[in-house]
Amino acid sequence: MTLLSTRGLSKHFDGLKAVTGVDFDLEEGEVRALIGPNGAGKTTLVGMICGRIPPSSGTVQFDSADITALPAHKRILRGMAYTFQITSVFARLPAAENVALAARRRLQGDAVDEAVDDALNRVGLLDRRDEEAGNLSYGHQRLLEIAMGLVQRPRLLILDEPTQGLADSEIDAFKALIRELSAEATILLIEHNMSVVMETADRVTVLNFGEVLAEGTPQQIHENDAVQAAYLGTG
Amino acid sequence: MSATAKTLTLHLGLLAVLFALQFVLPAYHHGNLARIMVLASYAVGYNILFGYTGLLSLGHALFFAAGMYGMGLTIQYAGFTPAPALIVGILAGAVVAAALALLALRTTGVAFLIVTLMFAQAGYLTILYFGEYTRGDEGFVIQAFDRMLWGIDLSNPENRYFAAWGLFAVCLLLCLRLVRAPFGKTLVAIRENEERVRMLGYNTFAHKWGAMVISGTISAAAGAFYGLLFGYAGATFASVQYSIFPLLWVLLGGAGTVLGPFVGTLFMFYLIDLSSGVTTAYLLIVGVALVLLTLFAPQGLTGELRRRVWRWLP
Repeated sequence: MTLLSTRGLSKHFDGLKAVTGVDFDLEEGEVRALIGPNGAGKTTLVGMICGRIPPSSGTVQFDSADITALPAHKRILRGMAYTFQITSVFARLPAAENVALAARRRLQGDAVDEAVDDALNRVGLLDRRDEEAGNLSYGHQRLLEIAMGLVQRPRLLILDEPTQGLADSEIDAFKALIRELSAEATILLIEHNMSVVMETADRVTVLNFGEVLAEGTPQQIHENDAVQAAYLGTG
Repeated sequence: MSATAKTLTLHLGLLAVLFALQFVLPAYHHGNLARIMVLASYAVGYNILFGYTGLLSLGHALFFAAGMYGMGLTIQYAGFTPAPALIVGILAGAVVAAALALLALRTTGVAFLIVTLMFAQAGYLTILYFGEYTRGDEGFVIQAFDRMLWGIDLSNPENRYFAAWGLFAVCLLLCLRLVRAPFGKTLVAIRENEERVRMLGYNTFAHKWGAMVISGTISAAAGAFYGLLFGYAGATFASVQYSIFPLLWVLLGGAGTVLGPFVGTLFMFYLIDLSSGVTTAYLLIVGVALVLLTLFAPQGLTGELRRRVWRWLP
């Protein structure tokens, strides 16, 4: 079943065409990686999907309903979760309260604490639950972002460059986490790290100059000449 | 003791001390403290919007005055008794806050400050414009015989103290309840990072609107009680000065702490009171004290206490 699809989705900032006519379909249960050179329009595309950025034209469908006109918070309530590219935790609140804020959208009372501890445990931050988020290391703040995403039990989890700035050992743990999560949620992953893409994604979509350049399995994308050219230049 | 038990002990303890003080304080300080408790209730209301939600308003005098005139005018011209007059005052504040919030919350930051200030000035000028009824700057006295609440004479100092204590206790406990509830925690999160809260699926506009209505309603309750307890309503209470006062009290006492508004109001009141006994240039002393506090306790007295000693303080 198709969970998410966009038709002709475009965003123009005055003269700049950030995203042009993107048709994008995401099957329920898959892990999709969205890759492309810097400035290809990945974050803009995802921003239009989750409602942070209003599109210039085109439509977004989620769970067979047109959500193009819905504000962001209503899309989240329908089962999307979005983690920010630039770490955006509540720095002056404890780690547990960060996750609890996300959990309270669907739970109340003691169930919140349970879900929070469970989510923190899954990303390996349970022993830091009472620390102020701003005092956590950068890698731990990224993991906290993911905990805030997964505690919402989303149907679609959108991760915007989750491994940026993580150490190699942390990236290995992250890959394992994604494989585990893929059993319960559809995952859309913006990612630069090719080893993460190759090892976790079912399919890959390549964006270049705001348009879909190629789509396929990681192996197909790896061997695609146009993708090679876009990334490495044709010189 | 758990943090919850400590919190309850501290706040209920303060209320108990304030209650007991009425039996021991000399008349002068007895009267002062009654006034401070009503003004501190105003500051509690202001703190919900400024300290917890992070919205800096310079228009709260509008809510304070809405409460005061909603109460005063109905007693003066509609022959209301105090109980319904108080309710009219509080409702007037709630309605004004609900309407103003719809407009002002379309802006943020400095623009929000300017919009709230503008509307409050418009309210002030409206009171002057209808001077025939409001008596403008001169104001009007609410006579002692109009201040009988359920047979209790509120012009009597003992009764007045008790009423002020009751108002303050309700406001303080309400604020404590609010900031420990999910709604209050969401407000704090909005203060810290509104965009992130929105992307967690919260309607941040509705939350900010709710915060402003609660804040305005508490401010109006303080205004209505102030007019009733001290028997006077005047346009000064709608002037920008009375929008700045709660900001100062909350900043000094500790923005985003439940006790901060009371501590700040008490401190500022006695700072002015004591220094004006020493010299006619008392504002100089007040100014220096404020500068020192800003330098060495930028989070306010209670905020500093929380940072250094009692980290569990709500």
